[in-house]
Amino acid sequence: MSATATRPSTDPATEPAATGSAADETRPSLLSAVVHSHAARKLAVLVVIAVVLVPIAHAKWASGSWPDALTVDVSGPLGRASDWILDNRDSHWIFLYFFGHISNVIIIGVRAVYVALLALGWAGVTAGLTLVAWRVAGVRIAVTTLVSFAVCGLLGMWVPTMQTLALMVIAVTASVVIGGLLGLAGGLSEWAFRVQRPVLDTMQVLPAFAYLLPVVMIFGNGVPGAVLATVIYAAPPMARLTALGLRGADAGVLEAVTSLGATWRQRLLSARLPLARKELLLGVNQTIMMALSMAVIASVIGGGGLGDRVYQALSSVDVGKALAAGLPIVLLAIVMDRTIGAAGERIGEPPAEGGPRLLRGWPAWAGVGVITVVVTLVGRLAGSQTWPTGWTVAIEEPVNQFKEWMVDHLYTGVPVVGGTAEWAADYVKWILDPLREGLQGIPWYGILLIVAALAWLIGTWGTALTATAAMAAIGVLGVWAPSMDTLSQVLAAVFVTLVLGFAIGIWAARSTRLERMMRPVLDMFQTMPQFVYLIPVVALFGVGRAPAAAAAIVYALPAVIRITTQGLRNVDPAALESARSLGATQGQQLRQVQLPLARPALLLAVNQGVVLVLAVVVIGGLVGSGALGYDVLFGLAQGDLATGLVAGAAIVCLGLMLDRVTQPTSRRDKKGA
Amino acid sequence: MATARTHRLRRLLMAATGATALLTATGCGAADMTKQSSPYANVGGAKSVTLSVQSWVGAQSNVAVAQYLLEHELGYHVDTVQVDEIPAWDALSQGRVDAILEDWGHPEQEQRYVKDKKLIVPGGGLGVTGHIGWWVPKYFADAHPDVLDWKNLNKYAKTFKTAESGGKGQLLDGSPSYVTNDKALVKNLKLNYQIVFAGSEAAQITQIKQFAKSKKPFLSYWYEPQWLFNQVPMVEVKLPKYTDKCANEGTKDPESIDCAYPTTPLQKYLNADFAKKGGKASAFLKKFHWTKEDQNEVSELIASKGMSAQDAAKKWVEAHPDVWKKWLP
Repeated sequence: MSATATRPSTDPATEPAATGSAADETRPSLLSAVVHSHAARKLAVLVVIAVVLVPIAHAKWASGSWPDALTVDVSGPLGRASDWILDNRDSHWIFLYFFGHISNVIIIGVRAVYVALLALGWAGVTAGLTLVAWRVAGVRIAVTTLVSFAVCGLLGMWVPTMQTLALMVIAVTASVVIGGLLGLAGGLSEWAFRVQRPVLDTMQVLPAFAYLLPVVMIFGNGVPGAVLATVIYAAPPMARLTALGLRGADAGVLEAVTSLGATWRQRLLSARLPLARKELLLGVNQTIMMALSMAVIASVIGGGGLGDRVYQALSSVDVGKALAAGLPIVLLAIVMDRTIGAAGERIGEPPAEGGPRLLRGWPAWAGVGVITVVVTLVGRLAGSQTWPTGWTVAIEEPVNQFKEWMVDHLYTGVPVVGGTAEWAADYVKWILDPLREGLQGIPWYGILLIVAALAWLIGTWGTALTATAAMAAIGVLGVWAPSMDTLSQVLAAVFVTLVLGFAIGIWAARSTRLERMMRPVLDMFQTMPQFVYLIPVVALFGVGRAPAAAAAIVYALPAVIRITTQGLRNVDPAALESARSLGATQGQQLRQVQLPLARPALLLAVNQGVVLVLAVVVIGGLVGSGALGYDVLFGLAQGDLATGLVAGAAIVCLGLMLDRVTQPTSRRDKKGA
Repeated sequence: MATARTHRLRRLLMAATGATALLTATGCGAADMTKQSSPYANVGGAKSVTLSVQSWVGAQSNVAVAQYLLEHELGYHVDTVQVDEIPAWDALSQGRVDAILEDWGHPEQEQRYVKDKKLIVPGGGLGVTGHIGWWVPKYFADAHPDVLDWKNLNKYAKTFKTAESGGKGQLLDGSPSYVTNDKALVKNLKLNYQIVFAGSEAAQITQIKQFAKSKKPFLSYWYEPQWLFNQVPMVEVKLPKYTDKCANEGTKDPESIDCAYPTTPLQKYLNADFAKKGGKASAFLKKFHWTKEDQNEVSELIASKGMSAQDAAKKWVEAHPDVWKKWLP
């Protein structure tokens, strides 16, 4: 609705932007021609700045770490803010008439879905969802759905699965609606796009744990806080991909539609949105994945359901139980993802030839309804509404035994490659420690200069300014030393992730079979709650920074692999064909055609690698990585807004800096798109 | 045209229904933030109680037994939620959980919610006493008995060194939610140790087990009652004696603390509303009172025998009717 309102004023603005981008496209070649002198000039300016400022800084604040004189202590105001919230939560109008209603609506919504699911019973839910999946996505996915729900029941997780499903339905709906609206605005208006970008960046980079605390204080513990935290985390990919899809719409088609005299609204509904269908669906898919990955983090503030079971299993260090609760999360993700994916592919297609006639139009939906009701009633007559207690399979014991076996055999003394304990010690000793000492040893103004130089060399002075300001903000907040510690951990983990991710991604792009085989594995790693593999990583790598790195790599790798593979696959077949006809070898095709053409995708992969590794920094705090991650956890556990928020803000600043240092070129590309 | 009109009509209808539902649902008036129970509570006409479980197994045992008796003797449905201690107080004040069965002492929260706002009421003692301290494994203490005095700890700093402790001895600390004075202690007692925060109890337990498996020496912050002692026997290192004077100064300036941790009689807390209107459930929870031995019996069944909390509770309940019969209202 808001998009409609702002629309007339933004339409003319989009046109000049498009022509402006054409001018932009000529710039890179120009730029590359003068790149050396250009870079030299930038560096020269920085050197002059350094020569003037460094002696002053050095004379005034000689310490290598950020000087105390330049910090601002925010713990006082933050402490007062949190006290104010707790004291006024049940009396002030903003809670009584605004926040309170938001949490009430969420509670009512989740409860309604949950009651409905319970009323359908296990038989009704399984039958209904299987039929829906069959109707919109075909037999194969229907079978997947059936099996998945049966497994949830067999694992003894029926009730928690329904609780999580109820929470997810509400959280995903809210994320898709909010993200979609933001994306619509960003896709149609250059101004909105620019304003949104830093906000979305922040939402995604801000570790969930850092905003759990304020969310809990305002909306209260439990489901409302969990849903809102999930929306904050899961809406950005929807917004980003919607905007990307709308902006990337084929200019030729749009022109044709315009020349046919279509109104703005017709153009949007009949051309732009349908053309962006792929991105929209990818957005929904990503939102579901991210929402489910929040299911466990949300359990830290009492979100209940499967996440809570994983979290409870952790406290008795029971990997088997954690896995039994984690698997349904993965299965839910796979079912939702596949169903929506298949449904999306069918949208706009003519109804499938063949296939039973009954499966078309409203009679089919009525059929789905009737069968579901019948099965529900039969299920009721047969007895239990929740999964029958006898029909469960205990996987805890074998899983725990397997974990023990793995740890026993991999921990130490494996011939040639060495055990995980040795890897961890080497990683800490040869990579992390030197990197941390290096970063903490360079004087603070040195780091600022390096950041400025890096950001400026690949971007504009604006990028350099943002990156440097973000770094300076970390110093001002008084967390310089722990931030350098965290930065060293992030850099090392991103490096390993990218090396592995690119290698596997390139490999998968060449072999469809490998890609298909890897798909469920990647799904699993991406959606399996990180909490499930916390215990194994500690058992394998000990407490400290090494297990944190392992957790981060496992979490960030799937996205990097996926984006790399997709980027390479989407390379214009004509370009590849012409290279092949010129007799290029596989390697030449890869190096000279595919990789250069897939550059935007690869840069996106780098960016996502950074974002995801940063997202796990806090999880790293749970296994002893210390630094900012631990501070965020400490803030949450002790209700200490100052410690938690400051550390969270520092993580955001690190994220912004890393983003600006790695991504400026791709941003220019996006703008042109 | 016709389809466009039906579309618009349908949308209008949906918006109207949505708005009406929203207004009826929220009553259009003030939303009371202190009365928002969990959406999963009281579904299908069942009377339900929501209990907060803390992340350690002792707390799981309390909840498991309470849950078993509430469900089988009193006919309630029990929901459990795991929340960190401070957020749990917050949840208790809003009625999202009804009771905390094991609290290790949170003066600030007691002041705010119990004394000032009266949203939470004390539920009496649990009967178990908690104690925090520094511990070394028994196999190491047996070989080096003098490690048990803090004055000798510096002698062993090299022995307790790890990759993460930066050349000093490693003092392994646990979850950020736990009460700890270790930073002040290391500084004030001039110990050559680096505190390494495991970040969660799970990580700490896993690390301790890993150390124990290879019979490596370690020094760790730990507490009792705790089931891990049954698997990894540990001996406490004596810190300077706990005194009220040291404790009082510590409350004023936490960085001045230089004595051992106190022993804490663990407490129960109930949501004020639930305490009044919770009927048999609240009466039962107020009377719940058992010993460290009872709790450890259940904890061990859960944590080292691999039983589910409910099975462990059932086993204990069947063996000790004399204890729990007194709790029934």
